[in-house]
Amino acid sequence: MTPVILSTDALLFLLLAGVAAFVWHARRHEHLRRPWRHVARSNIGMATAVILLAYVSLGVLDSMHFESRGGMASDDIISLFDVVASDLRERQEKTYSAPFSAWLYTKETLELPDGRVARGYPRLKWGGASLDDPLAERAADIARRALLGLLQALALSAVVYLPLAWSRGRRQRVAVPAMLRGFFIERRGETAWPAFNITLVALLLCGFVMASLAGEYHLFGTDKVGEDVFYQALKSIRTGLLIGTLTTLVMLPAALFLGILAGYFRGWVDDLVQYLYTTLSSIPGVLLIAAAILMLQVYMSEHAEEFNSLVQRADLRLLFLCVILGITSWTTLCRLLRGETLKLRELEYVQAAQAFGVRGLTIISRHILPNTMHIVLISIVLDFSGLVLAEAVLAYVNIGVDPTMNSWGNMINSARLELAREPIVWWSLAAAFVFMFVLVLAANLFADVVRDAFDPRLGRGRG
Amino acid sequence: MKPPALLRVRGLHVELGSPERPVRAVDGIDLDVRPGETLALLGESGCGKSMTAFGVMRLLPPSGRITAGRVLFDDQDLLALPEREMRAVRGGSLGMIFQEPMTSLNPVMRIGDQIAESIRLHDKENLHRPRERAVELLEAVGIPDPRRRVDEYPHQLSGGMKQRVMVAIALAGQPRLLIADEPTTALDVTIQAQVLSLLKDLRQRTGMAVLLISHDLGVVAETADRVAVMYAGQLVEVCDAETFFSRPAHPYGRKLFSSLPTFGKRGRELEIIPGMVPPLDSDFSGCRFADRCDFFQDDCRVGEPAWRDLEDGHSVRCIHPRGGPLEPASDGERTTRQWMPGQALLDVDDLKVHFPIHKGVLRRVKGYVKAVDGVSLRLDSSHTLALVGESGCGKTTVGKGILRLIQPTAGRVLFDGDDLAGLSAGALRKRRADMQIIFQDPAASMNPRMPVGEIVAEGLRAQGLGGNREARQRRVAELLEQVGLPADSARRYPHEFSGGQRQRICVARALAVEPKLIVCDEPTSALDVSVQAQILNLFTELQQRLKLSYLFITHDISVVSFIAHEVAVMYLGRIVEQGRVDEVLDQPKHPYTLALLSAVPVIDSDQRREVIRLEGDMPSPANPPTGCHFHPRCAYAMPVCRERYPDISRISASHTAACWLLEQD
Repeated sequence: MTPVILSTDALLFLLLAGVAAFVWHARRHEHLRRPWRHVARSNIGMATAVILLAYVSLGVLDSMHFESRGGMASDDIISLFDVVASDLRERQEKTYSAPFSAWLYTKETLELPDGRVARGYPRLKWGGASLDDPLAERAADIARRALLGLLQALALSAVVYLPLAWSRGRRQRVAVPAMLRGFFIERRGETAWPAFNITLVALLLCGFVMASLAGEYHLFGTDKVGEDVFYQALKSIRTGLLIGTLTTLVMLPAALFLGILAGYFRGWVDDLVQYLYTTLSSIPGVLLIAAAILMLQVYMSEHAEEFNSLVQRADLRLLFLCVILGITSWTTLCRLLRGETLKLRELEYVQAAQAFGVRGLTIISRHILPNTMHIVLISIVLDFSGLVLAEAVLAYVNIGVDPTMNSWGNMINSARLELAREPIVWWSLAAAFVFMFVLVLAANLFADVVRDAFDPRLGRGRG
Repeated sequence: MKPPALLRVRGLHVELGSPERPVRAVDGIDLDVRPGETLALLGESGCGKSMTAFGVMRLLPPSGRITAGRVLFDDQDLLALPEREMRAVRGGSLGMIFQEPMTSLNPVMRIGDQIAESIRLHDKENLHRPRERAVELLEAVGIPDPRRRVDEYPHQLSGGMKQRVMVAIALAGQPRLLIADEPTTALDVTIQAQVLSLLKDLRQRTGMAVLLISHDLGVVAETADRVAVMYAGQLVEVCDAETFFSRPAHPYGRKLFSSLPTFGKRGRELEIIPGMVPPLDSDFSGCRFADRCDFFQDDCRVGEPAWRDLEDGHSVRCIHPRGGPLEPASDGERTTRQWMPGQALLDVDDLKVHFPIHKGVLRRVKGYVKAVDGVSLRLDSSHTLALVGESGCGKTTVGKGILRLIQPTAGRVLFDGDDLAGLSAGALRKRRADMQIIFQDPAASMNPRMPVGEIVAEGLRAQGLGGNREARQRRVAELLEQVGLPADSARRYPHEFSGGQRQRICVARALAVEPKLIVCDEPTSALDVSVQAQILNLFTELQQRLKLSYLFITHDISVVSFIAHEVAVMYLGRIVEQGRVDEVLDQPKHPYTLALLSAVPVIDSDQRREVIRLEGDMPSPANPPTGCHFHPRCAYAMPVCRERYPDISRISASHTAACWLLEQD
């Protein structure tokens, strides 16, 4: 069990460390805290934050890789998430099966107990395997398991919230029921804790019910090679998150540096930067991405010995995709930053600094950069959902992430062929859609709240 | 007997913000506007005067609401009207013009169409001839060549003309009451004089009443029949204008007068109103002015003071009203700050700042905006030179050109013997400690993301002064104390301070590097009168203590007369008249100076001069008129004025002007 840090893992942890550092820094600076307090006051902001946090924690869990020896794993590098969800991963069927089904989706020649041979739907190896007569028992069993999950979730919530309410209540001299009311119904103080807590409990209920059901059934069915679709959808979270965040991370330094430089120094620097980004944004992005991915594939096949595992190959391709997506999309942010800097450099505090003889780069880092951060933040959160969706589109034209990598784009891409079948295989598509939709919707709603909080024109963020 | 009131406001309450902790912007106002009269609602910023107007018009911002009161217009309760009917009143018999004419007009519509819009809604008689009516209205508001102007877009008009168009739109509804919310605050004095006389003239011709909202005592003195003074959401004094300007009864009103800078108060401290307007979300008990009042007695805190009628039509909300006329400004100590020639600190010779105009695909230079076109100035050490002119005349560019915040195109700037215009970047950086700048808007001149301590220390750090971290912090605390701020200010952020305090921080920041010269670019024009007095006092005190020299850039003549030793009047990139402050202000020689001074609204009716109306606006510095720049607007223009720019004539040792009238003597 030696830990393996893939390149994307490293970048993700770097990003998390950056966020943590920012939080620590912002705690001591009122002007940085103020817009986030506005986010915390918003019900939608808090509710979507819970959902995003859930996604992120799954993604992080799936980014802690280590080498595994032996076992049933076909891959030599697995993640912590794979261990947690080893049941889901290892219970492979033969081919397609519908959600909650106990039979395969295709007819096979079966040998009946009496020795006769007939065409029919064979029982699944794992799905509903514990039931003797699935037709009769399945509904009751599903209800029982769902209820069990529900109870587990409620028990966990009680274990978390009751002691919290008791200890807080003792300090503030409030009875436990009144404290719980404050947690879930009435908002006390500024932060929208009820929205946070209600969403958290709802999410726990959902999660436990799904986990409980997934112990026996294939919640979203199985795909062509019999792999659990629910597992695939969960694994895809990491891919989606990485593409959404690393891309911005890759493009951010270039956009910041060039945009501010162009806006502050103007003249030939401005001409050069403008020339660069107008040229780049005139090249069709898809063309650039396709060329880059093909180049990478050629490189990897020629240097096959350097990539000793499938996971590493897929990881490199993902990173490359992030970089190339970043290169094609930094221009918008750069343009915005240049415009903002053009405005800021004429402001009187910048002129006052110039009157003191402060050097150009110091002015940029002390006066201009901190005052463009709201734009950077707004564009990061707004871009995120667009990039998650872009991944699906790219997979559709076969220039997305590696086909062996789990991603919603790949799920949709492989499902599209099956849509023409009769009867139709819809669950891969549905699972990818549900998971992606929830993430993108939450991200969009959260982005709206963040933009409201940071946009100086709305006048609430600055106050 | 008095005619019945046209507009009667009774007990109007307007609240803003969250219902739990509302900002009571208007807290029980009773107001009468009679037909044909001009009532001025006077008050400092944030006292709720605009909210009163918006409440009457039912145009409150989304977070605002009327919680109590009645607004009777022509005996019809406006607050009870359904929105449909209110729309017919608004812009019809109840017109309104706003402060900012630039943003009140739709930039993509011809002005004729914008006027016609109002005619269509409110003027049934002229429904069939909107265009002709629009031309008539433009003519009525004094826009030359209205047939051509009616097809123009707002950007083709100057600020003053836009405000006239706004008036024309309001007139299209044939209003019986016009609400004018700071109608001239964004305009230059000469343009302000045009708009004010237009309003007066229209009132006489059409008999409409005007509710004028203003913070400017001068504007109120020139236009109002009656005055209502507002303070912290309430009215404190209502009387006719003559009474108010001769013997105001409320201590607040009296204080406002005594804090106005004038020539007579030179060399003395201006009276200030201590503290600031209390926040309107606080709970009041007793008189709201009590904390700042010189005549405060214990009973002022007990209950809200009731209205007292002093004489016919003069009522005041004060338990201990003052009587008698205002104390005249004495000339006793005027000599203490007389001008005497000293050593030249700054000698500017033929400074030019030209901005190239790029046109065409290849962005070739097709001409220059001659923002500053040959300015020569001399400023002696520990003196104040005021640079006066209307917006767009290039006075700010002169200030920035001297400091090389903008690169001068030509000319010499001798500062303490060195030519600043020729210094290398490194040498200039070292000299920057000697000269500083203070800007107009204190909010914009501080980085909102830096604590005040770091803002003040910025110069120390850049110039490598002040030693280590602790020494710097000590110095910052010292500086903050010097400008009258509490020591704990260093850790707070700029937004936590009021406008006047922010300007003090900016002064402290400039002082940090111990400059010899401070360029003050309209440092008080964003501030209220009472706060302006505090800052002006600070400037004069610092000058005496630290032997500072100021280049004071302003458009406000009263500030000039109070603070300056010498004055230079600028018009279109050039100085037209220059001299000692008493020479220029008392015996102006240049026709432009004369017009500028006559346009300044004066409170004292004895001192009022005949306003010389300047027609039109300042030409563009990209395309100045041939000959004397002022000749197209000059009443005394002669043929020679159109041909050549006049040389500088010397009137006395210190007084010069550039005009052909003077050369002929």
